[in-house]
Amino acid sequence: MRNAIIVGISLLGAVMLVATSAAQDGIFDEYREMMGDDNPAIFVIDEGEEYWYTPAGPNDVSLEACDLGLGAGVVEGAYARFPRYFEDADRVMDLEARLEYCMVTLQGRTPEEIHAKPYSLRGDLGTEMEALSAWLADQSAGVPVVSSQDHPKEREMYALGEQLFYYRAGPHDFSCATCHGQANMRIRLQALANLSGHDGAAEAYTTWPAYRISEGVVRTMGWRMRDCFRQQRLPELIMGSPASVALQTYLAVNASGAEIAAPGLKR
Amino acid sequence: MAGRIRIRAQQQGDHTEVKALMRHPMETGQRKDQAGQAIPAHFIEEVTMTHNGNVVMHAYWGAAVSANPFLGVQFAGGAAGDEVVVTWRDNKGETGEGSTQIR
Repeated sequence: MRNAIIVGISLLGAVMLVATSAAQDGIFDEYREMMGDDNPAIFVIDEGEEYWYTPAGPNDVSLEACDLGLGAGVVEGAYARFPRYFEDADRVMDLEARLEYCMVTLQGRTPEEIHAKPYSLRGDLGTEMEALSAWLADQSAGVPVVSSQDHPKEREMYALGEQLFYYRAGPHDFSCATCHGQANMRIRLQALANLSGHDGAAEAYTTWPAYRISEGVVRTMGWRMRDCFRQQRLPELIMGSPASVALQTYLAVNASGAEIAAPGLKR
Repeated sequence: MAGRIRIRAQQQGDHTEVKALMRHPMETGQRKDQAGQAIPAHFIEEVTMTHNGNVVMHAYWGAAVSANPFLGVQFAGGAAGDEVVVTWRDNKGETGEGSTQIR
């Protein structure tokens, strides 16, 4: 009987070894290789460009005059410098908060309308926010991440983001760090990135927004933050809110210098 | 914005490799939306690939194929510069088309 148990345990060990190596090499990497440059996000990128140049809202103007930090209408390389402080709004913004700001101030739209459905629900082929994020990320492809820490409010955001990252809460007593604070861990068969260090943060931060094969849509960095909150059973993280911007600032600063490779392709 | 196809065709020795990515929701009809209402079926039923006007592949698809499907096909007899066209028709009668030249 005792021998049988020992055999059982060592067999389990062998299975777990196989599982771990599968998580690292991953048939998913093979899949990604097969897809090559054929990321379905390419369609969404084109749609995002159309959204940018199409007049909308009560003012019937496009987003062309939107200042993403590099001057009105400059889109190349702009995404790589988010989150950043904007003097006109007097706060630190991520891309989604900035787009919302432009939609409100330029197009005359309401925050209620913009927040009604920023991210795709089941059955949707994409939203305006997702398409714009995909296109703008693509406009920064290959550009190194530089999330400025010059302004006191930017440093404040990083500190808040770090605090949130390690803050345990909710019915599971989870923090972001519970899953993403150590190297070489996995959940089910997926490798978990250590987002508290440069390498893990760089790999994650530079590949969002991303086309999610399991959902058939492009998901944004803000959505990724919100979904981690949902997985932790925390209250809904509001798009562009200080908490969302803070977490993204923490990741962006940790990822400093890594080149944007978004939109990525995720499971 | 359904209907778009991104297509590439490359000559590899004695055969031509075609890769096509299609923009389509491929709804099965089995899913429900957030309000609990069934999302109507909407999927590609028929895919055709031609090489210089001749059909080299004809497929019947169904609800089991993923959203934004990715198609890979190899055929013999192609040469650089030849035209390859992929078309589809879905259960609502909508169509999509994409074409390229073999390189």
